[in-house]
Amino acid sequence: MNKLLPAIVVGLLFLALPVAADGIEYLDPLVELPPASPVLVIAEDVPDDVGEQINLSWSLSFDDPAVGGGRGNVISYTIMRKEADTDNEFKVLGAVEAGNGQYLDTTCEPDSSYIYLVGASNGNTVAFSNPTETTIASTHFMHSQRWNILIGTLILSGLLLYFIYTARKGKELFIRRIAGLDAVEEALGRATEMGKPIRYVSGLGGMSDVATIASVNILGQVARKAAIYEIRLIVPCFDPIVLAVEREVIKESYLDVGRPDAYDPNDVFFVTQSQFAYAAAVNGIMLRDRPATNFYMGMFYAESLILAETGASTGAIQIAGTDAPAQIPFFIAACDYCIMGEELYAASAYMSREPLLLGGLKGQDWAKFIIGAMIVVGVIVSFFTTSFAEFLTGS
Amino acid sequence: MEISTDIWVWIAAIFTLFIYSFLYKDNPLYKFAEHVMVGLSTGYYTAIVFHTVIVPDFWEPLVHSISKFTMSPAEFSSYAIANELTTLPTVLQDFSPVVAIIMLLIPALLGLMLFTRFIPKISWLSRFSLAFILGAGSGLAIPNSFQTRILEQLRGTIVEDQGSIVVPLFSIDAWRDFFSAPGIGTFFEAVSGPLLIIGTLCVLAYFFFSKEHKGVLGGAAKAGIWFLMIGFGASFGYTVMARVSLLIGRMQFLLTDWLGIID
Repeated sequence: MNKLLPAIVVGLLFLALPVAADGIEYLDPLVELPPASPVLVIAEDVPDDVGEQINLSWSLSFDDPAVGGGRGNVISYTIMRKEADTDNEFKVLGAVEAGNGQYLDTTCEPDSSYIYLVGASNGNTVAFSNPTETTIASTHFMHSQRWNILIGTLILSGLLLYFIYTARKGKELFIRRIAGLDAVEEALGRATEMGKPIRYVSGLGGMSDVATIASVNILGQVARKAAIYEIRLIVPCFDPIVLAVEREVIKESYLDVGRPDAYDPNDVFFVTQSQFAYAAAVNGIMLRDRPATNFYMGMFYAESLILAETGASTGAIQIAGTDAPAQIPFFIAACDYCIMGEELYAASAYMSREPLLLGGLKGQDWAKFIIGAMIVVGVIVSFFTTSFAEFLTGS
Repeated sequence: MEISTDIWVWIAAIFTLFIYSFLYKDNPLYKFAEHVMVGLSTGYYTAIVFHTVIVPDFWEPLVHSISKFTMSPAEFSSYAIANELTTLPTVLQDFSPVVAIIMLLIPALLGLMLFTRFIPKISWLSRFSLAFILGAGSGLAIPNSFQTRILEQLRGTIVEDQGSIVVPLFSIDAWRDFFSAPGIGTFFEAVSGPLLIIGTLCVLAYFFFSKEHKGVLGGAAKAGIWFLMIGFGASFGYTVMARVSLLIGRMQFLLTDWLGIID
């Protein structure tokens, strides 16, 4: 036994050391052998994009630790790409950690064709899959999940056009009374009697805000009446583009009623694009000019109460209108009349009674009726299945 | 407990007090603060727009496009290295230099046309720019508004998402839960969905302008205005809380950062 002991020790050392006495490197079979390559690699064009993405998916290598059955020595997957129909070589595109079976290539050129390889790596060697089939990163003109918007827009546009056509043919279109808008005449009359100016604030929105567009339409009507009654109209603006549009609209209104001489462009002016600096300036103007009437129509934020409270303290008649739900309560609290949400959009049609605008308003009402009907139908259907709602939103 | 020695904290505190003096009445101090604030903000935003819009979106891409057009590829490489141009401007990535120059000059021209308002004889040119802004703005806003303001609201009135599960707002399960275990919680669970649906329909009825609000429509509209006012009341309370926190923030600045009365 004593003679065998050194031989046993040497034998154990031989097993333990990776380099044997003959100089040949013996690899740890659990770590160093090349892993099994990933299989079923599929490259698919991403739908509804502008042609810059291809999605790769594959079945994990048998040796991926997440699979659990193999050597578990995969540490990452390397993704390589080459342009199809060229002699270019495959270039490394990126890598994902073991356990992931997907990669989104977002660097494609629109309408170009690509071939991909996915390789399982153990840190030393990479075992690549077979090349994928040629895949084109196609540009999609239409978003397949947005058909509902197209259909809805066409239906609503069709309704609007139909009612505008009907109104133009001379059909009488009824609109119910809107108290806040009836008060405009009264407020302008008061300003005329007092010989004081009126002030119109169209909020902090830009020209892409629906509320600002509605506000500009109302301003046109207010300006017409101001021109007729010879009242000074002061319009402090927050946005320079809105300023340009409002000057045009007011000028047009004064021209329409035959009083271009009464229009003073200096009364329509830019203040600043800083929210609270604007509020401070408008407050100051309010206290110094003491207008008889204040209009707040458009998109408002935290400055709404500051403006309306100061206006109320000067004793002016105040008419506000906005579609910002968080600001309506402040206007209700601090103003004499408040035009809420949809009423703001209806205001210009209500005030002008122009067939074109009345037809549009009638079309909007029908759209609301359809939406109400869809809610009723949707609730009944979703009582049994949720797929109706999924169909509506495309989600 | 030490008063601030930072000049900027003092300036901020004094201007805060000037603005608050408006609570007493309009006065020269408020007027001074107001004018400084308006002037500063206008100058500041002009500089911001110049450095964040005009220079990176117009001037630099234009200069690079002209350089690429006039230089050989080797010269342009040296130019790119000299100017630390790691990535080309988007317009140059997608188009040839000539097209890129044209693509940059069109919006610049439209922008300049807005300034023709200062020259009465050719002020009509500004209308082209305004027409473009209005048309493009509305065109871009409509699909998004349709999705968020109509379709998503419509969906939210019919079903609600509970994690990954979509549940109808009017659900027989909620009523079954209530009848099997009557209580305030299960009652509100059962009632909230139908209440939301009825509320939405009533508010829609209120905003229906083509018919006189009489009969069934009148009743629904009256209920609609109640729903609206309850909603506004809740919103009012919620927003007032936020405004009070703004006031507290300003008071903290005065008492902590400036006077050092509060630690």
